[in-house]
Amino acid sequence: MKPAPFVYHAAADVEEVLDLLAELGTEAKILAGGQSLVPVLNMRLAGPEHLVDINRVPGLDAITVTDDAVRVGALVRHADLLASAEARDALPLLGQALRWVAHPVIRNRGTTVGSLVHADPAGEMPAILALTGGSVVLRSRRGERTVPAEEFFVGPMESCVLADELAVEAVFGRFPAGTRTAFSEIARRHGDYAMAGVGLAVRTDGPDGPVQDARAGFVSLTEVPAVLDLTPVLEGAVAADLPGLAEAVTEAVGSFVDPVDDIHATADYRRHLAAVQTNRLLAGLLAGETTTTTTEETSA
Amino acid sequence: MSTPGTSTTDGTAGQTPTQPHVGSVRGRVVTTVPRAPFDPAGGEARPEELVDVRLRVNGAEHHIRVPGRRLLSDALRHDLELTGTHVGCEHGVCGACTVLMDGRPVRACLMFAASAEGSEITTVEGLTRPDGELGPVQQAFVECHGLQCGFCTPGFLTTITAYLDENPDPSPEEAREAVAGNLCRCTGYQNIVKAVCRAAELRREEGDR
Ligand SMILES: Cc1cc2nc3c(=O)[nH]c(=O)nc-3n(C[C@H](O)[C@H](O)[C@H](O)COP(=O)(O)OP(=O)(O)OC[C@H]3O[C@@H](n4cnc5c(N)ncnc54)[C@H](O)[C@@H]3O)c2cc1C
Ligand code: FES
Ligand code: FES
Repeated sequence: MKPAPFVYHAAADVEEVLDLLAELGTEAKILAGGQSLVPVLNMRLAGPEHLVDINRVPGLDAITVTDDAVRVGALVRHADLLASAEARDALPLLGQALRWVAHPVIRNRGTTVGSLVHADPAGEMPAILALTGGSVVLRSRRGERTVPAEEFFVGPMESCVLADELAVEAVFGRFPAGTRTAFSEIARRHGDYAMAGVGLAVRTDGPDGPVQDARAGFVSLTEVPAVLDLTPVLEGAVAADLPGLAEAVTEAVGSFVDPVDDIHATADYRRHLAAVQTNRLLAGLLAGETTTTTTEETSA
Repeated sequence: MSTPGTSTTDGTAGQTPTQPHVGSVRGRVVTTVPRAPFDPAGGEARPEELVDVRLRVNGAEHHIRVPGRRLLSDALRHDLELTGTHVGCEHGVCGACTVLMDGRPVRACLMFAASAEGSEITTVEGLTRPDGELGPVQQAFVECHGLQCGFCTPGFLTTITAYLDENPDPSPEEAREAVAGNLCRCTGYQNIVKAVCRAAELRREEGDR
């Protein structure tokens, strides 16, 4: 199918985007990579009067690494972020998760910020934003606000971005020294949406030392991205303790996630996949399988 | 379900076999009310605004005047009569419409022609050499019997061409991964994976010459 008619605006700069949004309000939609919006338009599930194409807007394609964050502009494609060695070094979790976002061809066009605004519970990047304690910077004619992940995602496919706001930048938090991260996902085919995905960040006291804190984020398992604090279960544990803790981890994960049945998997199966992956990732991380991120190690 | 005034109101249907990628709504349907009901009999009520678009396709400049909603895939096929680019699903899933935009593969069905202005587009027609001989990926598909009906082939050829620029010597495993985003209903993929490896060989032989 083809989209219903709309008026196409190729905005030249951020100011023009903000003016158009202020004027058109809910009649307008921003077009970023189009990898979620255009299918919706093609199937006529939405019919905005106006599309504001931001693809030619200068200044939105920067990836900036600071001491405590990786800042990703609205026009950074998933593929660009995945290709950025600087971003991956500063926050390895980005690279670990991005390779699961769709197929490479989709990543060439789809933007990371667009996938946050789209707020799909099956999207990887919303879960990562939450797990890193990140935020999104929103700008409108009324001013600028920075919204933390826990307030940004309002419901399935719904973020708090108002009709006159442009999401200019995503801010992924960097983990403190000694944090190791890992990500895993199970889908019928690599590149498809996950039946269940898990991201993990574990901080230990030295490479083989006991766990100081542990957090998990989930894909296709919760209505909105939510972070499970596993510290109460794992604090003080070393690799050798994990077999004895597996049941407690399974219990903590199982009661936290809230999956639903669909044609790809039942809720029970998804819950099972969540716990299995969390335990596997933990074992791998404590066995030192993944690189340690420390703020000192990386070139900020 | 959407709060009035919030902007993420993309309606999506739940995952069904025919539209698995619009988003997972986990059993829910998030709807938006389409602005004006589409009237298939009468067409659109008011005249559509047209935009001037300059497209550079396979090295040639084209100038078209099209509605903003013209998909790049349709602009190529209908306005430029380059029917090599095929259209299967129109929601990004099948890969038949894949073209190269500044050397990178993208889905032509998920872009508007107007958004492609200023970039260099290569379609399957552009993979043939100037003297009419087949390019290495095309040649490899012929040799390995990498197609049957040919509907999916243009998308595979463009995707693989760009992939081999990045990874000129893929293992069969990597070759399989490289085509994982394209659907073929005929071949069972075995010969397509062989063709990827054969194309890499042909490209190397050419480089050696
Ligand atoms: C076949 C296929 C498979 C996919 N698989 C996955 C997958 O496995 N995992 C995954 O996470 N995603 C997947 N996606 C979605 C993909 O990641 C999208 O690129 C992403 O969800 C949206 O980014 P976009 O730039 O394409 O946004 P668009 O489609 O342009 O926009 C999406 C929504 O966000 C709004 N928006 C976009 N940018 C802004 C902004 N800067 N400010 C305000 N509003 C904005 C738009 O108005 C629209 O409502 C898949 C897509 C396809 C077609
Ligand atoms: S037509 Fe199927 S991906 Fe474009
Ligand atoms: S050859 Fe027929 S669909 Fe691939």
